[in-house]
Amino acid sequence: MGLEEKLPSGFLLTTVEQAAGWVRKSSVFPATFGLACCAIEMMTTGAGRYDLARFGMEVFRGSPRQADLMIVAGRVSQKMAPVLRQVYDQMPNPKWVISMGVCASSGGMFNNYAIVQGVDHVVPVDIYLPGCPPRPEMLLDAILKLHEKIQNSKLGVNAEEAAREAEEAALKALPTIEMKGLLR
Amino acid sequence: MSTSHASPRETTEGTVYTVTGGDWDEVVQTAARADDERIVVNMGPQHPSTHGVLRLILEIDGETVTEARCGIGYLHTGIEKNLEYRTWTQGTTFVTRMDYLTSFFNETAYCLGVEKLLGIEDQIPDRATIIRVLLMELNRLSSHLVCIATGGMELGATTIMIYGFRDRELILDIYELITGLRMNHAYIRPGGLAQDLPPGAVDQIREFVKKMRKNLPEYDKLATGNPIFKARMQDVGYLDLAGCMALGATGPILRSTGLPHDLRKAQPYCGYETYDFDIPTADTCDSYGRFLIRLEEMRQSLRIVEQCLDRLQPGPVMVADKKIAWPAQLALGPDGLGNSLDHIKNIMGTSMEALIHHFKLVTEGFRVPPGQAYTAVESPKGELGVHVVSDGGTRPYRVHFRDPSFTNLQAMAAMCEGGQVADVIVAVASIDPVMGGVDR
Amino acid sequence: MSDANGAGGSDGVNPEKDLSAENLPGQRGQGGEEIRVQRGMFGATEGGDTSGYGGLVRSVRLPGPAARPYGGPRGGGAYGYFDEVADELEGALEEQDLLPENAIEKTVVDRGELTFHIEREHLVRVARTLRDDPALRFELCTGVSGVHYPNDKGRELHAVYHLRSITHNRLIRLEVSAPDSDPHIPSLFSVYPTNDWHERETYDFYGIVFDGHPALTRIMMPDDWPGHPQRKDYPLGGIPVEYKGAQIPAPDQRRSYS
Repeated sequence: MGLEEKLPSGFLLTTVEQAAGWVRKSSVFPATFGLACCAIEMMTTGAGRYDLARFGMEVFRGSPRQADLMIVAGRVSQKMAPVLRQVYDQMPNPKWVISMGVCASSGGMFNNYAIVQGVDHVVPVDIYLPGCPPRPEMLLDAILKLHEKIQNSKLGVNAEEAAREAEEAALKALPTIEMKGLLR
Repeated sequence: MSTSHASPRETTEGTVYTVTGGDWDEVVQTAARADDERIVVNMGPQHPSTHGVLRLILEIDGETVTEARCGIGYLHTGIEKNLEYRTWTQGTTFVTRMDYLTSFFNETAYCLGVEKLLGIEDQIPDRATIIRVLLMELNRLSSHLVCIATGGMELGATTIMIYGFRDRELILDIYELITGLRMNHAYIRPGGLAQDLPPGAVDQIREFVKKMRKNLPEYDKLATGNPIFKARMQDVGYLDLAGCMALGATGPILRSTGLPHDLRKAQPYCGYETYDFDIPTADTCDSYGRFLIRLEEMRQSLRIVEQCLDRLQPGPVMVADKKIAWPAQLALGPDGLGNSLDHIKNIMGTSMEALIHHFKLVTEGFRVPPGQAYTAVESPKGELGVHVVSDGGTRPYRVHFRDPSFTNLQAMAAMCEGGQVADVIVAVASIDPVMGGVDR
Repeated sequence: MSDANGAGGSDGVNPEKDLSAENLPGQRGQGGEEIRVQRGMFGATEGGDTSGYGGLVRSVRLPGPAARPYGGPRGGGAYGYFDEVADELEGALEEQDLLPENAIEKTVVDRGELTFHIEREHLVRVARTLRDDPALRFELCTGVSGVHYPNDKGRELHAVYHLRSITHNRLIRLEVSAPDSDPHIPSLFSVYPTNDWHERETYDFYGIVFDGHPALTRIMMPDDWPGHPQRKDYPLGGIPVEYKGAQIPAPDQRRSYS
């Protein structure tokens, strides 16, 4: 959050956007936020066979203040939710969240008193990753998709414009309850 | 505790609480009054070295831990309650997610309990029992590998972590071949197994055993004689036999005191009395002893795996009683999953009773006579007990898991108090708690 | 299992007999606690009942008290240690001037497991005897499991303890009950320190107050959580799942067959 946000819209800003996106996506620092089964798969992703180091993010930061990606790996209980939010708040901007696994995304099979039905009740989520638990390849895919998103993220006035467009699109979108048809 | 940390304020939107750091202020004030170097350190629940979402509250004086307490419950999932709303068979999908590193042990313990309630222990086909033992021993290997890997990582030895996960991948490949999933299998079902071993599984396991025999000495080379490793682990996390008995600690912690208590030998289940294996012990009562025990148990598990493979004979893997056995006959369809089309054609076209039975058993489940049962298996962490209660219905009335991680974690205070802060990590790693099992 | 089934109470489980028609749910054992009354057979309550099965009323009972000899886990024979444990326990209690029939409410043998139902005021003494008597030596307690039977009037809350003797390689079960109106059971912390967390867990989930526990607080749920979530009168807490206009009710709101 600095000078790049103050640039006027135009050719210079788009170039800086591309450069900043490329730099940001190439060195994402995930926070260690392992909760349950998915955490084991997340560790597997960091280990030998899947080797997260290929994407410049093998170093899981112990401190949220040094991290810009939170991979919420596992079910979030009602007791854990405030802690999760605090860790998120401690992370510096810009920051991203991957909701790994179906429990973090929607509560999954644990539709009960103890589990938060989706971590998006607590923090904004960029990528929802299904699976119970997702395979390491799926996590890698989610990370690549996130890289794409980071690469194409806007800055300054463009970011405000993009946010406004997203808001309008969301307002126009059909509510889920009015959607009809099969899973396609 | 005063309520100064959350003062209420009335607004038009309702009561608003302003949360401030009152708790910490009180702690600081108390510490200042005590007039010494006493500090309360809160490790977790999100901390890279606490083995998951475990919260450790340590009171330290300089570098010495004077009091240690655990805060748990950050992963409480309500699985035991959820089980009461699903059929007995569906229960396996829940229990497998309790201690997610020992899925097959959870499933087996639960299924043994259900089978005891049904009174069909003697009718489980041999092949199913042998495959259960086979999978449990492979699971013991993968669980111990994760324990050693993460334990090493928490000490700062990342090489061991990479090694552990490398070998664990080999086991996960086998799981995936057999059950279709890398974790959370729900493969062992009340009455037997979900399906038979696929072709090629036995060969792959034999191949794995060979490879693992070659890989296991690497851990010895890397860690067992390593002076730094020994210095960190020896005489750390001390808990003697009396302590273990009082605190109910089982598994490698109990065996590191020299008592060869292992349910596989003491109260055999699944035919363990017919397998040839040893119970490794140590007499050091410390983290290093537990590490050595885990390494040796992995070798013993390989022995059992080989014996299982030699014993496998073709046969059914589910009880013959069609009132309990899942009626589906699985076959790989063109979409990669599903029922056998021949079987569907048969029950849809020729036998209405079979169709009704299939429907009833799948949607409603089988009934279990009222009563309660307790079954226990020796999981890699200790005695995994399951208390199942039935009220004669198609769903469990109550299922309680006595998870060894939960009980063993109580020993943390006894192991850590009086030691160094850095040793807390070593002691917790040697307990090997998995928070999914602790909190359930 | 009682004599009514013709099993003689000596053996725990007999697969041939127990799976036969006379042993359908509700028939197993007599005189045990009534835990449920089943009305109808198929779970459907709406619509006219033309089959007649909808009017069926059956009470479901847990296995009742057993008669001597108790046998053992494998149905008597070489493993028949149940009588030995019962004799030793009764003898040891008599030595302490406590009449066994005052302390032991009843003894149940079912499915190869021995259960002593203990009066709650004598629980600590019985447990201490079980741990310390050289012929008993149940050193290891595997914790408490709470069970809530809302229909077992006057003794709704049960605490179940499994005790393991490593010395003699035995396993028994103690069961203690308390009414909902007075949910107090003495703590076994002084005898088995391992029950520290187990009792806190049972308190958290069932609201059973273990008197004498050094710090009985919630352990799993947040400190300010209202209610005790695993009691039967506490809902599962599921929320309906909505997908493209169709609503799937929460698991505890769906139709139940049992």
